[in-house]
Amino acid sequence: MVVNEQVNITTEKTKSPHIAGSSLKISVKELSVFFGKTKVLSDININIFERKVLAIIGPSGCGKSTFLRSLNRMNEEVGGNFTGKIIFDDEDIMKLDPVYLRRRIGMVFQKPNPFPTMSIANNVVAGLRMNGFRDKKKLKEIVETSLRQAALWDEVKDILHESGANISGGQQQRLCIARTIAMQPEVILMDEPASALDPISTAKIEELIFELKKKYTIIIVTHNMQQASRVSDYTAFFYMGKLIEMDKTIKIFTDPELKQTEDYISGRFG
Amino acid sequence: MEMKFPMKKFIFYKRRTANFVMLSLSLLAALITIVPLVFIFYYTISKGISNLNIDFFTKLPTPVGETGGGMVNAIVGTIILIAIGGGIGIPVGIMSGTYLSEFGKNKFGILVRFFTDVLSGIPSIVVGVVAYTLVVIPMKHFSALAGGIALAILMIPTITRTTEEMIKLVPQSYREAGLALGIPKWKITVMIVLKTAWKGIATGILLGLSRAAGETAPLLFTSLGNRFWSTDIFQPIASLTVYIYQYSTAPFKDWNDQAWTAALALILLISVLSLVFRIITRSKYKA
Ligand SMILES: Nc1ncnc2c1ncn2[C@@H]1O[C@H](COP(=O)(O)OP(=O)(O)O)[C@@H](O)[C@H]1O
Ligand SMILES: [Mg+2]
Repeated sequence: MVVNEQVNITTEKTKSPHIAGSSLKISVKELSVFFGKTKVLSDININIFERKVLAIIGPSGCGKSTFLRSLNRMNEEVGGNFTGKIIFDDEDIMKLDPVYLRRRIGMVFQKPNPFPTMSIANNVVAGLRMNGFRDKKKLKEIVETSLRQAALWDEVKDILHESGANISGGQQQRLCIARTIAMQPEVILMDEPASALDPISTAKIEELIFELKKKYTIIIVTHNMQQASRVSDYTAFFYMGKLIEMDKTIKIFTDPELKQTEDYISGRFG
Repeated sequence: MEMKFPMKKFIFYKRRTANFVMLSLSLLAALITIVPLVFIFYYTISKGISNLNIDFFTKLPTPVGETGGGMVNAIVGTIILIAIGGGIGIPVGIMSGTYLSEFGKNKFGILVRFFTDVLSGIPSIVVGVVAYTLVVIPMKHFSALAGGIALAILMIPTITRTTEEMIKLVPQSYREAGLALGIPKWKITVMIVLKTAWKGIATGILLGLSRAAGETAPLLFTSLGNRFWSTDIFQPIASLTVYIYQYSTAPFKDWNDQAWTAALALILLISVLSLVFRIITRSKYKA
């Protein structure tokens, strides 16, 4: 999508709300992302707070995934690059090794993608094992604690050695969350983590997000307005590559400043 | 049954007839495919089975005129030749296939792909002559090594292209999952991508090995043949295919019979090879 320069959007109300009692984890400054010559995101400024959930909403193609993938430098794997700065714990992410950065900022994808050639247990510790961590006893512990944190332990504890691809979609997604948790990241990015799941699995993922935010900073992209209002502390509305409005979730969903935001939330477009 | 739209009856018949004709033709084609295979099995088994005994697998060939004997040297020789060919061809094929699929979108990749396709179309006898020029002449004698190299050259295109195609089938989402976990790229390629594609790659390897095991022409210029027991890779070595060629064209009835037995032994050897290969490359989880 080419960002349409004609669309005139006020950006005064777009600065991040201050969240009391939480410190700044990631600060995104003047971020613009390009794929080739196409500008996909422009001039995004967002502050992300520790141990809070930020929801990103907006119509398809507005750049939500691209924003998420800027934070762990996944865009550069598919030919994207950006201008502006992303500061993660006082460090510029461009100065960090991307492999190391991605251990600290984990990601869960829209479609569950457990490794089909590995058992459930090995899926959980795939990241650790492939980074050379070999302590068998410790790995076993991590399998259990990660699966417990992902609320999956009780369902799979007797089939840990079966393939990760043989469980239900909802279980696979929680396995992917367990796999991310096992790396002990500080931030977890979730790109529409429940959009491929049934309502019951979706509810489980949402409950899980409540638990996880006690330990992790979470950024979740979602198409589902109810989901955004249920799980997040603050919400950012994106439209055509721009951040339109960002505020505490309750404010965005009850009394947004901009008509555009209100129209989107009430389902009048998008 | 009532139809919403009136359908003319003849259209119905026409479609049924076309259906029947096409189905019959496909069935016929399928039968034509099976017939030669049935004949091959029928002849090799009926003509080869009578000489297939313990001696065949344990004894050396007898001089002309003497009956009995076996082809243990050729069986072991064929195994050694396949091992050398596979030892060189499998790693080179897998690595170049991996290169082509993961990094081969540039001009060099296109060039390699083109050469691989050309190579797979070159007659095996030409490969034999080339191996003769490159290995036999400098070493000044025929050798198992030269034969193995010729077979490796014949295997590489098959293994390269299967590896490339199979890796391309691995969904991008597994690579992304690996990257998001902070796994270095080369480990993602080896431990996730190749592992996921492994079943298909193994099929390509097996195809390459079986075809190499059945080659005669390139061996005539390279490993030559040997009537005696030898496992030295720097010396000429016996092989079942070369024996089949020599014995079936010889003017002795018992040699002709032994050629059939050698053919049967070769089919058995390839079957055992497939089985063993399937067992050792069997993965615990299906991809
Ligand atoms: N790898 C890529 N190469 C080129 N264009 C891309 C790439 N990824 C995303 N885009 C483009 O960027 C725009 C935003 O995409 P995306 O971030 O996936 O939107 P969303 O997640 O909000 O649906 C789209 O127009 C899409 O076509
Ligand atoms: Mg998206």
